[in-house]
Amino acid sequence: MSADESSNPGSTRRRVIEYFLGGGAIATFASFLYPLLRYVIPPPVADLGVNEVVAGKVGDLKPNSGAIFRFGSSPGLLILTSDGTYQALSATCTHLGCTVQYRGDLHEVWCPCHNGIYGIDGRNISGPPPKPLTAYDVHLRGDEIVVTLKREA
Amino acid sequence: MISAIYRWLDERLHLDDLIAPFRHKTVPVHRLTYWYFFGGITLFLFGVQVITGVLLLLYYNAGANEAFESVQYIMTKVRYGWLIRSIHSWSANLMILTAFAHMFSVLFLKAYRKPRELTWVSGMLLLFLVMGFGFSGYLLPWNTLAFFATKVGTAMVGQIPIVGQPMMIFLRGGPQVTGATLIRFFGFHVAVLPGLVGILILVHLFLVQRLGMSVPPKIEAEWVENPSAKREMKFFPNFMLREMMAWYVAIGVLGALAAIFPWNLGVKADPFGSAPAGIKPEWYFLFMFQTLKLIPSKVWFVDGEVLGVLGCGLVALLWLLLPFFESEQPSRPKRWITGLGIFALMYVTGMSIYGYLAK
Amino acid sequence: MVTLLNKFRLSRAARTIGLAGYIVLGACLGYGQTTNSCLDCHSAMPDPLGVTQEKFSQDIHSQKGLTCTSCHGGDASSYDPTVSMGAKAGFKGKIDRKQVPQLCASCHSNPTYMKQFNPGLRTDQLDQYHTSMHGKRLASGDTKVAVCIDCHSVHDIRPPSDPRSTVNPVNIASTCSRCHSDAAYMKPYGIPTDQFANYKTSVHYQAMMVNGDLSAPTCTTCHGNHGATPPGVDKVQNVCANCHVFQAQMYDKSTHFKAFQSLGLPGCVVCHSNHAIHLPSDAMLGTGPQGVCMRCHQPGDQCDQARVKIQSGLMQLDGAIKQADIGLSVAEASGMDVSEARLAQTQARDELIKARVTIHTYQEALVDQDVQAGLKIAAKDQQAGKDAMVERNQRRIGLGICFLAIGIMLAGLWLYIRKLER
Repeated sequence: MSADESSNPGSTRRRVIEYFLGGGAIATFASFLYPLLRYVIPPPVADLGVNEVVAGKVGDLKPNSGAIFRFGSSPGLLILTSDGTYQALSATCTHLGCTVQYRGDLHEVWCPCHNGIYGIDGRNISGPPPKPLTAYDVHLRGDEIVVTLKREA
Repeated sequence: MISAIYRWLDERLHLDDLIAPFRHKTVPVHRLTYWYFFGGITLFLFGVQVITGVLLLLYYNAGANEAFESVQYIMTKVRYGWLIRSIHSWSANLMILTAFAHMFSVLFLKAYRKPRELTWVSGMLLLFLVMGFGFSGYLLPWNTLAFFATKVGTAMVGQIPIVGQPMMIFLRGGPQVTGATLIRFFGFHVAVLPGLVGILILVHLFLVQRLGMSVPPKIEAEWVENPSAKREMKFFPNFMLREMMAWYVAIGVLGALAAIFPWNLGVKADPFGSAPAGIKPEWYFLFMFQTLKLIPSKVWFVDGEVLGVLGCGLVALLWLLLPFFESEQPSRPKRWITGLGIFALMYVTGMSIYGYLAK
Repeated sequence: MVTLLNKFRLSRAARTIGLAGYIVLGACLGYGQTTNSCLDCHSAMPDPLGVTQEKFSQDIHSQKGLTCTSCHGGDASSYDPTVSMGAKAGFKGKIDRKQVPQLCASCHSNPTYMKQFNPGLRTDQLDQYHTSMHGKRLASGDTKVAVCIDCHSVHDIRPPSDPRSTVNPVNIASTCSRCHSDAAYMKPYGIPTDQFANYKTSVHYQAMMVNGDLSAPTCTTCHGNHGATPPGVDKVQNVCANCHVFQAQMYDKSTHFKAFQSLGLPGCVVCHSNHAIHLPSDAMLGTGPQGVCMRCHQPGDQCDQARVKIQSGLMQLDGAIKQADIGLSVAEASGMDVSEARLAQTQARDELIKARVTIHTYQEALVDQDVQAGLKIAAKDQQAGKDAMVERNQRRIGLGICFLAIGIMLAGLWLYIRKLER
């Protein structure tokens, strides 16, 4: 009868040990496996977007206008010129770091902080900016406008 | 249930014959037995590195343009990515620490004496390879500190006469440290070194199993005098269970370090930027680095750095061949080797602290 | 007879060779150096007649092949003073101050002549100079005013692009201040002499001299260089508008523009000063010593109320951004990554800058628009900081659970070992 067995301190001790070991093993393995399993499932955002980013869709921009998009950890400026070509530049002004904008009336890139002016190719034309804006590569993938870092020749 | 599985396998594979030697393996029990754990812990930490390393491989991108960002991605976007990466970084450091502790304990317990010379040699080679793991892995996040530490470290290799420059170009994948270096180090870190270390571990473990556990000379002498004092425990399951406890504690420590002190990202490397002031290598290279810094720029007609690098190489070679300097009679080991060991330990510790505190 | 003829031929040959040798030797010794008797004597003389070869070699005119005689006339090949400094050689001596602009312009206003050296150089300096205060006063006989050599130096004139040039952007203010900060010298003119001292406290000086931004304004940026004149009281904002476009546009459409004009007040200068332009702070909207509004407005009036609202809006946004920054720093110190929120913080700071620019419309509603936009972003970032701390705590709890599991396992193992070895 189990009454005999349960009164045996050896068997209770054995069961305690078994619970500890078994429970401990399951608990530890679960606490190791849980993060592992969640880790291998890919996160919703596939990429940090520092080398390549979808800046927008065809049709988002009107000709002779520009829009700011996020490229990695800094802003970028996407321009659609009047003759239909896309241009993408870094939007951080090389003078004191303000965010530039595209001026359709001037057909130039302008920094509102101290009136710095850049050409559509990023060249610093007038005002305080000491260096041109970095230009990025733009190509179309279907109806997506994809901006990538310029490949070194 | 486990016994059922065992019986099923045993019917087909005759496992009993294979396991027999392990059933008989014993571990000597004396006041210094705890030092026997260090080998196992190092092996365990290596296993942790392999697992976390493979997991990191799922998301890491080797290449100057992508590496830093991929590590950033792992730390911020991948679920528990911070945990896997921080465990990998912490475990790397802990493993090197336990490897050194293992080496020094073997030295002081004189476990390298005949017939265990090859175990020592394979172990030392493993130590060198493990430090190579550390050096190559450190570059992979491609941050400023890692970039310049690699630059300084590989430049030192270039100091070796005649073969130094070709070796440096081989390591760097070119005359300078560039994205090519990163890809090459990645190849070393995930393919070449694991392969070499894997083989050496098997050799090392085979030797340990074959030769059994060594007993320190003084205790051996005591047991010769007083045979009834000799105590042993079975490796399986007694020592194994204790080792498992140690391994669980190690996991706990790693988890705590990863959660409370996550490994940082640093700043993305800029090859054209200037080196940050006071650039230093990781702590396990500090003693060598500090030594080189202290050597004057010219000793007689020899360039100081060349002398330093060659000196380090010579010391490493002699350390590798240490067992062969030991006396032929294992029961009367040479005292000067112990003295040398104490000096080495103090030197390494002292220089590391000095290097850490120096500007 | 033959030997005598031969001897004659020999001596003539020797003389020819000797002469050729002398010419060659002389050419070698004098290679690259035409005789400059002016410098040879004047380099040994004390001031004010002393000009050393070392000093003059720094001069761009010397480097282009011009020499003392190009300006002073005379004959540089002769060591005889009556020849070298004689009227026959056209020696002009020390050029009279009133003649200096004309003398310099004799080359510098000649486009054809200047083209051969630097086609990009302007040639209208003299015309500009005539419109300047200096030029006008010089024309009426005042020789105390600046002429070309006062700013450009003389005998060691460097191009403005040379950082050692007295007219390089970093040196212009010191050059102007040589006269304009000299109270005794400027006494007859009755204008202040504290401009340089004030300018040194300004944010423009800081930008140029400390931050190294060579595009920052210095004296000539606002006053002109050759046509140096203070901008008219009603034209000051045009000058500032060259860089500070938005502020100028808003100001021009605002109530203050007409008000200041009708009162003859110099626009931007009223609140921002002309030379001591400090980094503006929200305290300028306050009632303390830095406050500018209450210098004209009455406490309690409509404008004062608008001022209060504008100031409180800006301070609210500033505080919210700082608060978010602190939260994010705490999260970072605990090992959490908050780089996205940090990036958004720069956007919030951009909104704050925009709001501060919008002050120049003097319309509280417009400023409030920017403030609200910024507050939204700052609030999100504050939340990001809090979320990071929540996750940090969750990690610690996870760690605790893990420890518990490990503890149970360790206990189990230990008990099992004990049981085995009983």
